[in-house]
Amino acid sequence: MARIDLRTLAHSYRPNPAGRADYALKPMDMTWRDGGAYALLGPSGCGKTTLLNIISGLLVPSQGQVLFDDEDVTAVIPEDRNIAQVFQFPVIYDTMTVRQNLEFPLRNRRVPEPEIAARVAEIAEALHMTEDLPRKARGLTADAKQKISLGRGLVRQDTAAILFDEPLTVIDPHLKWQLRSQLKALHRRYDFTMIYVTHDQTEALTFADSVVVMHDGEVVQVGTPEELFERPAHTFVGYFIGSPGMNVLPCTVDGRTARVGASEIALARAYAPRNGKVELGVRPEFVRVAPAGAGAESGGVPVRVTGVEDVGRYRIARLRLEGHPMAAILPDDARIDGDTAAVSFDPAHVNVYVDDHRVEGEA
Amino acid sequence: MQQSATTMREGAAVPQRAATGGTAGAVRRRTRGGGVPVKPLILTLYLVFLLLPIYWLVSMSLKTNEEILSTFALWPQDLTFANYAEILSDPAWYMGYVNSTIYVVLNTVISVSVALPAAYAFSRYRFLGDKHLFFWLLTNRMAPPAVFALPFFQLYSSIGLFDTHIAVALAHCLFNVPLAVWILEGFMSGVPREIDETAYIDGYSFPRFFTRIFMPLIAPGIGVAAFFCFMFSWVELLLARTLTSVDAKPIAATMTRTVSASGLDWGVLAAAGALTIVPGALVIYFVRNYIAKGFALGRV
Amino acid sequence: MQTRPVNQKAWFLVLPVVVLVAFSAIIPLMTVVNYSVQDTFGNNQFFWVGLEWFDDIIHSERFHDAFLRQILFSALILAIQVPLGIVVALCMPKSRFWTAVVLVLMALPLLIPWNVVGTIWQIFGRVDIGLLGKTLFSLGIDYNYTQDPIDAWVTVVVMDVWHWTSLVALLCYAGLQSIPDAYYQAARIDGASRWAVFRHIQLPKMKRVLLIAVLLRFMDSFMIYTEPFVVTGGGPGNSTTFLSIDLVKMAIGQFDLGKAAAMSIIYFLTILLLSWVFYTVMTSSDASDRKPRG
Repeated sequence: MARIDLRTLAHSYRPNPAGRADYALKPMDMTWRDGGAYALLGPSGCGKTTLLNIISGLLVPSQGQVLFDDEDVTAVIPEDRNIAQVFQFPVIYDTMTVRQNLEFPLRNRRVPEPEIAARVAEIAEALHMTEDLPRKARGLTADAKQKISLGRGLVRQDTAAILFDEPLTVIDPHLKWQLRSQLKALHRRYDFTMIYVTHDQTEALTFADSVVVMHDGEVVQVGTPEELFERPAHTFVGYFIGSPGMNVLPCTVDGRTARVGASEIALARAYAPRNGKVELGVRPEFVRVAPAGAGAESGGVPVRVTGVEDVGRYRIARLRLEGHPMAAILPDDARIDGDTAAVSFDPAHVNVYVDDHRVEGEA
Repeated sequence: MQQSATTMREGAAVPQRAATGGTAGAVRRRTRGGGVPVKPLILTLYLVFLLLPIYWLVSMSLKTNEEILSTFALWPQDLTFANYAEILSDPAWYMGYVNSTIYVVLNTVISVSVALPAAYAFSRYRFLGDKHLFFWLLTNRMAPPAVFALPFFQLYSSIGLFDTHIAVALAHCLFNVPLAVWILEGFMSGVPREIDETAYIDGYSFPRFFTRIFMPLIAPGIGVAAFFCFMFSWVELLLARTLTSVDAKPIAATMTRTVSASGLDWGVLAAAGALTIVPGALVIYFVRNYIAKGFALGRV
Repeated sequence: MQTRPVNQKAWFLVLPVVVLVAFSAIIPLMTVVNYSVQDTFGNNQFFWVGLEWFDDIIHSERFHDAFLRQILFSALILAIQVPLGIVVALCMPKSRFWTAVVLVLMALPLLIPWNVVGTIWQIFGRVDIGLLGKTLFSLGIDYNYTQDPIDAWVTVVVMDVWHWTSLVALLCYAGLQSIPDAYYQAARIDGASRWAVFRHIQLPKMKRVLLIAVLLRFMDSFMIYTEPFVVTGGGPGNSTTFLSIDLVKMAIGQFDLGKAAAMSIIYFLTILLLSWVFYTVMTSSDASDRKPRG
């Protein structure tokens, strides 16, 4: 197992990248802790797979370095990197039995027979696949095939990290959570560094202790699920995590007050006036809706109500604040009459963004 | 070989998303052992092997008969188009091309149009004897034309179709219809059945659905099937020659008969041969993007 | 596949094909069967001879020889074209442009009328005016396909390799194209050798197209007529007289209708039987590992 460092890493699929737009992966510095469980989250096309392929060595980055435990492996070929990868679609060797599939990476590395047998037996047991060993791999179900792909990574004792590229895409929904919890158990047992690519936020948030959010070739935030939820470092994280996404309203700031049009909103911290695109972000969960007029003394801001959606567990109010659309989650007992209301925000959960990046205020 | 071992799927290293970005520079190469480019070498040798005889034919068609017989040169010393001029000015020659084209096109149209509904039936429904019927159709692809030559001759003579284009076109259906059904069935099975159901719910009648919605969906399949029908009808000679004498005589037969008659006019023979390659080359050029796919989608 | 609904009306859709193929296959076949059990002294008088013609053919040395030549030819063709086709497919370039160029060039021989294929090689191999013949001759090799049976065989086999290997290569290429990149990536990570990638990924994935290739090449090589007929006319002697050439000689050359018809039927049945054997052998391993599993 190993710690993985990326140093000023960037990648472009073009031979001579001109501007930033040519980069599939913009310059970044990152550290992946030894034994950490990371989820790499982002929409399709944000560079997740590129990053994964660079770590596994399938791609050579156009610039920068990849270090495994301080050793530069940028130029090392995948087979010598001790990385395992589980792909979106199960990759198994059709003609082989399950046992031969698991033995394959060890045989290629000329591991002595007795050791192969011992490793395969151990991993098959850990995957709950011992009785499947003599079976032809071809006939297995998709989830069993994914377990074999994972097993091929685990049998190698020297595996530095295991990379998962949306491994549950083709798995039946009712088997997904089962496989996910098995994966978590395996992670606890073997303590490998794991990087798990997904575009499904629930999968990322329930599974990883650190979530890396990527957007447009950039890592925009690394943090625990709570941090991503409460303090999105980038407006994109606000949109992408949570449902509905964070409300982002153009504003101006001065001290502890933000102004959206004529409405004033209290902030928990003080901010100096800024140039550029200034926005405030507040999650629908932290927006309180009160009947119109009732909010005057509690700092309520008048809004127009454009609709209320019942999404099952809760209701979402669709509002317009100074013409800007926003959403609020309504408590069970809340009632809205007519098409106007007043909203107030929990100041501790109002974030300020300049050019999409969160800025920290002064106490 | 080691070198090619790891570079063989360079494209593999590039995620699908990057397909437009090109692969240059993105890919590692392991540089163990020498750097002999084995693959391009093999491919080049193979292509040279394929093209050399064709080149020789073309080069010969541009020589005079005297030059062909007297001197031996890798390219025409005394370039002449007289051989081509002779073919293009003599109806006995050029009508051969016209005749071939007529029956090939007829055959392609007939084969594809009868195969379309049949392939649809095989890909969508089960019915009494469907498997046996499918297999029986395919066995016709295994029928040696030599076996059928004489019976065909008698059959078409007895119904007065001997020496007509339609006779050859129908005869070629023997092997082209099964092939077209087979290829189209493969393509149609790849189209989800929900599309049919949705269309029927939307009130489409079967013919309207089939021509307006379904056929555009399998257009590449129709193209591939037509290509193969064209190809096998264009290259066949035994049946085409047996079923014709004058009015519908194919170019291929014109060539064989002229060889035996005039014997030694190599230049004209080569020019006629070179001209038979042209339609095929044109057709390949138009379907080049579908050739490889077409082969993969049939069902066995 | 299993969920296709039963609909007997689908017969109406296949009816045109059935009628057409029945017309062009069943009627001629009936004629052949009819001839095979009768004899004639001309003037359209036929009489029943039962299986005599079949007996004749099965015990005729001429048929045995042609049959053995045919088997040898098809075996050689498969043994050369299938591996060569696979190798060529593996060597295909990656760039789109070059792939298109190579595909077009490769497919060229497939679209040349078969007698022209014969003509091309007839010319190419001639010692007096052919590039190949003249080159071999000047290298001191005593090559002459009209005189020497071995030379004739080599010419016919090389011609067929020239003519048809591209078909196998195109099929294999299509099969290779359908392999997802993840397989190659996984194999690299697993440290698989080039051979292991071929043996455990590419070959299994090409199995289906290889089946098609083997069947097509077997059928067509077993039915070959025009190309060797143009080049060698079945000679020298009878050394390149394959079944179709022999059949046409018998039916049209000697007008030996009963015998030719009996031979036709044996010939056709042989192709069906051998194709079935190829199909069964090549798909048998699939069936056995699909059976168990819940």
